Amino acid sequence: MSPDFTKNHFELFALPVSFDIDTQALERAYRDLLREVHPDRFAAASDAEKRLAAQWSTRANEGYQTLKSPLKRGRYFLRINGIDTEEESNTAMPMDFLQQQMEWREAVVEARSGHDGARLDSLAAQRGDEENLMFEQLRQQLSASATLGAARLTVRKLRFLEKLGEEIGDAIEALAA
Amino acid sequence: MALLQIAEPGEATAPHQHRLAVGIDLGTTNSLVATVKSGAAEVLVNHDGDPLLPSVVRYGKDGRVVVGHAARAAQAEDPENTIVSVKRFMGRGIADVAKYGTLPYRFVDAPGMVKIETAAGVKSPVDVSAEILKVLRKLAEESLGGELVGAVITVPAYFDDSQRQATRDAARLAGINVLRLLNEPTAAAVAYGLDNASEGTFAVFDLGGGTFDISILRLTKGIFEVLSTNGDSSLGGDDFDQAIGAHWRNAYGIAAADHRDTRRLLMKAREVKERLTTQEIVEAVLPLSYGQEFRLKLSRQEFHTMTAPLVQRTLQPVRKALRDANLSVTDIDGVVMVGGATRMPHVQKAIAEFFGKSPLNNLDPDKVVALGAAIQANVLAGNRAADDLLLLDVLPLSLGLETMGGLTEKVIPRNSTIPIARAQEFTTFKDGQTAMAIHVVQGERELVKDCRSLARFELRGIPPMVAGAARIQVLFQVDADGLLSVSAREALSGVETRVEVKPSYGLSDAEIAEMLKASFSHADEDVQARALFEQRVEAARMIEALQAALNKDGDTLLADDERVGIETAMMALMQVAAGEDHRAIKECIAALSSATEDFAERRMDRSIADALRGRKLEDVKIS
Repeated sequence: MSPDFTKNHFELFALPVSFDIDTQALERAYRDLLREVHPDRFAAASDAEKRLAAQWSTRANEGYQTLKSPLKRGRYFLRINGIDTEEESNTAMPMDFLQQQMEWREAVVEARSGHDGARLDSLAAQRGDEENLMFEQLRQQLSASATLGAARLTVRKLRFLEKLGEEIGDAIEALAA
Repeated sequence: MALLQIAEPGEATAPHQHRLAVGIDLGTTNSLVATVKSGAAEVLVNHDGDPLLPSVVRYGKDGRVVVGHAARAAQAEDPENTIVSVKRFMGRGIADVAKYGTLPYRFVDAPGMVKIETAAGVKSPVDVSAEILKVLRKLAEESLGGELVGAVITVPAYFDDSQRQATRDAARLAGINVLRLLNEPTAAAVAYGLDNASEGTFAVFDLGGGTFDISILRLTKGIFEVLSTNGDSSLGGDDFDQAIGAHWRNAYGIAAADHRDTRRLLMKAREVKERLTTQEIVEAVLPLSYGQEFRLKLSRQEFHTMTAPLVQRTLQPVRKALRDANLSVTDIDGVVMVGGATRMPHVQKAIAEFFGKSPLNNLDPDKVVALGAAIQANVLAGNRAADDLLLLDVLPLSLGLETMGGLTEKVIPRNSTIPIARAQEFTTFKDGQTAMAIHVVQGERELVKDCRSLARFELRGIPPMVAGAARIQVLFQVDADGLLSVSAREALSGVETRVEVKPSYGLSDAEIAEMLKASFSHADEDVQARALFEQRVEAARMIEALQAALNKDGDTLLADDERVGIETAMMALMQVAAGEDHRAIKECIAALSSATEDFAERRMDRSIADALRGRKLEDVKIS
């Protein structure tokens, strides 16, 4: 009936269901859809239309925000393929990965208390490079059904990296203030 | 005012009359009202040709209320009853206002918002703001020669849910139909964007009397998309005044003997601050209540040095907003400065340095927000198609829930484009549990005590089950105004649980109803007349829109009998709308809305399919 919740986010924007997307096509589709359904268009319309507009816009925003972020998109892609990344429930991570994370975190704390902006910038660049490598790995893993299971761990690692990125950002900001 | 003309079914849609709608900038220091006339937005002026209404309200013992310049002129004589910068108290508690420094008011610690004791009784900031809005509404209706269909009211982008609710409540009290609560930076972007016809990424730096906002927007083909927003809703020009006041107290040993002196000191500080924009050194004389006179001096250099920390405070949210938008300073195509406080030279310098470019300020920083709001009001009232102007705004602060151990769990992250909704599932803790309390907070911190408490929602009517068996789905919805509403259902039984909202800082519906009653002097008549007018406008609007829809899609999307059914319901509404019973009109509107739900869905589905069909063809061509 109202927004077709049987369609997944890719289908909503008429995009092929794959991790790799044409981001410009996504932007265009999102804007085109919103132009039709945004509440501003229905400010003088009936209650039923206003409700529909709110539902559709919410759906469009949810879909867009998920597909726009590579990490969210990866997680979502796994989900529609029936795979749960278990980020909340499963905290097991490979030892070497955890160790590296801890080292990085310590380096951030040190750089922050030592007011070492240059070190923080260099950590940010390193983290960024690591993240790029990992996204490339995710891309490959998501392109074949045999490797979808392995992609779960990659998504979990990427989440750690995302959080690390926030910490570095906070530290850089604390020094700038 | 003449009733809007309503077309007979089958006739071509009658040309509708221009619907009177305005944009209102309810500012900390000054308020304005603007409208779109003959395609151009303009600020309305009062009898003296003045576009600015000082946001000052004075209460007299006899219940008399004075708003504007006359009130401001009296603030030094009667500081306790002359409320200045009430916007700083909207949706705030007593602990919040304590942070503003020395103020001459008699605050009352009320369980909802803080209240102020005045000669005319205890007043809520909502009451005070409503008095300002009433004056603006009257000015608009006199200027435009008719009743307003609605208004877009602006709020700081960084206002949280409590502050927004309070603003909406004030509008309700003033008898204004709020078409949208619009974020101030977005309003300014609209005014600039349409003026300069630009595309690109813009930063709006809005430093007002009491609030600071920074918004990063992207403009493409008439769509204004907010990428991120940040700010400080208790930082503004007033704080610069306080800094000068504190400096003088120290430097000259001024002891304010009473509230009048406090007020005089702040007024003098403001005057000197403004003069320092064009002068290097300012001298002033401050007469106090005991006949003492102080000769004061302040140089621009001293002023800049003592307020440098305040300016630095504005840069932090700017950095955060850029980070959240995933942009660096070089990605910003232009910076817009809004708000009187941006006239200060050291603020302009800091911004120009930070962004590496001169800010745009060809539009009057005092008027630009009202103008943008008027443009949006014009669209929302239905006078202009929304095709070439779409505002995509965001939720400024994360919404979360209190979980075990006083921690917060974020449900909807900040900078999510609105409208947005999230569902969260809960279960019961004890066997047979039929109710549950959920504490919703807003903010970015980990601990509940560091976030703003929005409301406690009590879910009642959960069917009794074994502990952990119930699946209670709570849906959090944030609408286009940035306001939160919560609904819940138990998934296994399908029972809709009742959600009672206890707002932490707002006014309950019952309180508003009381305030509304109290504010009408000719109680019954005014309320009836207003209600009748509103229902008639609603009916006319609905009929006109429906007629246009039938003309366009009636043949292709409706079976004959369906169409007849709708047309009959339309005729019924037309008849009832010509009568005097506003409740009957309201019921008839609801009935027509029900009858046309299916038709509305089919039309929406078709327009979406049309919009996206173009996509598919393009993709096929490219691959």
